[in-house]
Amino acid sequence: MRDLKTNYFEDLQLFDNRVQVFWATVLLLGLFALPFMVKSYYLTIVNLMAVNVIVALGLNLLVGNTGQISLGHAGFVALGAYTTVFLLKMGVPILIAMAMSGVVAGLFGVLLGIPSLKLEGPYLAIATLAFGLAVTIILGRVDALGGRMGISVPKINLQWTGLKYDTSLYYFIIIITIIAVIITRNILKSRIGRAFQSIRDSDIAASAIGVNLTKYKLYSFAISAAFAGVAGSLWALYLGFINPTLFTFILSITFLAVVVLGGLGFVAGSVMGAVVMTFLNLQLENVVDIPILGSIVMKFSEMFMMPDGVSNVSWVFTGLILILVVIFEPLGLYGIWLRVKIYWKRWPF
Amino acid sequence: MGYFEVQGLCKSFGGLKAVDNLTFSVEEKEIFAIIGPNGAGKSTLFNCINGLYKPERGSIKFRGKELIGMRSDQIANYGIARTFQNIELFSHMTTLDNIMLGRHKAMKSSVFSVMGLSFKKSKAAKEELVHRRKVEEIIDFLELESYRMQYVANLPYGKQKLVELGRALALEPDILLLDEPAAGLTQEEKDEMIFWIRDIRKLLGITVIFIEHNMQMVKKISDRILAINFGKKLTEGLPAEVLDHPEVIRAYLGEVVD
Repeated sequence: MRDLKTNYFEDLQLFDNRVQVFWATVLLLGLFALPFMVKSYYLTIVNLMAVNVIVALGLNLLVGNTGQISLGHAGFVALGAYTTVFLLKMGVPILIAMAMSGVVAGLFGVLLGIPSLKLEGPYLAIATLAFGLAVTIILGRVDALGGRMGISVPKINLQWTGLKYDTSLYYFIIIITIIAVIITRNILKSRIGRAFQSIRDSDIAASAIGVNLTKYKLYSFAISAAFAGVAGSLWALYLGFINPTLFTFILSITFLAVVVLGGLGFVAGSVMGAVVMTFLNLQLENVVDIPILGSIVMKFSEMFMMPDGVSNVSWVFTGLILILVVIFEPLGLYGIWLRVKIYWKRWPF
Repeated sequence: MGYFEVQGLCKSFGGLKAVDNLTFSVEEKEIFAIIGPNGAGKSTLFNCINGLYKPERGSIKFRGKELIGMRSDQIANYGIARTFQNIELFSHMTTLDNIMLGRHKAMKSSVFSVMGLSFKKSKAAKEELVHRRKVEEIIDFLELESYRMQYVANLPYGKQKLVELGRALALEPDILLLDEPAAGLTQEEKDEMIFWIRDIRKLLGITVIFIEHNMQMVKKISDRILAINFGKKLTEGLPAEVLDHPEVIRAYLGEVVD
């Protein structure tokens, strides 16, 4: 009723209708007003969500849209983080340092993409897994970067904004994240994005209609890694201190879980997945405070898992939620959102 | 020198000679049929032509250029498009996106320029719209308007075949390879397919090489026919000659036993 289109450009523009424009504006205003409404602890949570959104966008492009797999994305995040720290210490401005983080991670992405030309599925998974592990171990051996003890991240110059450091850093991260969302969305709508999806759906047909498989698989790895690199750069900035143990194998797996939870192949899925997963990771520990259930779960965790029960409890629930999502809604949170939308559009039918 | 020439082509899988010393040529704007029983090597031949398989010996020349050794995407770019026997569509994409993919090589926007796609003034958006118009022409031609925004996995079989045809046409090829275009279609859809293949030659000036088991269709539209069995050429010539050829009848129906 309201989606009648009158020219082809309407299929390319960012928003389909005024309702979307309205909600996007509300979201933007909300994000803008946030620092004036909440304590800075909550800003760091939103920062963490934003960083995860950027990684998820990149990983979803690779996994959801190109149909490749990576169990080593924490490695790219680490490369990005360390590149930024290294360059900031040399006195390079942050924007250039961040761009270089993307470039360095992207180049390593191409390197990791090379096996993907020959390997598929589980074999590629193992290759990327090895990469992720190797990066952390190697970084831990480089004394110039603080070795296993870690290294502190210089504060960047944001005084010109006239705001508190935390607040201006928050705006910086949010702006980069919004740009990343728009870029990803545009890439996916374009010939490049279609080429990625053609490789996912049928590589034989893709090459038969003129898609260069080598080139586009490597592109996909490069873009995906570059996003992770930029995310790593931002993560380093707001953490203020990084060491190799941050970028574990579990982190790579979590990124993959974010993408699956959000919805494979959808930009909105990456955003939803990252926001919800970050929230769950931080808040599920509070499960132990629920009257009866909490103590049962806690006992279970103490009996069968590590002595430190609290963090395990949150993982158990994260796993449970993931399993339920995969079983009941393969398109993840985005799929649930779609269903709700269709339900309201068709109501009362 | 011919327009499209295959000479002494051999392709074997282990001990099985799927294509065995095959030689034939196709003229420009011809509708050329390839027939033969199941397992005769017809699809293998197509896969050799469009670069999915590497033949051991022989040559495939199109406008004097050797195709063997080129990658599939280069061959597609050089003017040979194809469809597949078991529809190979991008099933999680819409009809529109599938056919837009046929324009992939014709479009030039780089990874960096497409980042601005949502701005009306951007080069990428302008290019996208130019090619969108071409794709809409193909959608009109194949009467797929009402399926434009549907995921192809949800389309009926006959329409999926048309989308695949449309995607191949979007490449604006010089030669179109159709692998069993009528298989699995209803009688009505078969008649329509005949009509479209004729139009593709007449209106778009494309040379069509097709594999088909439906002899009525072969008889109706082909200018010349190549019959193969066990990878070898049985005969080649005008429809009436080939379809009545004793070797062809034997290959399809078996030996007459007294």
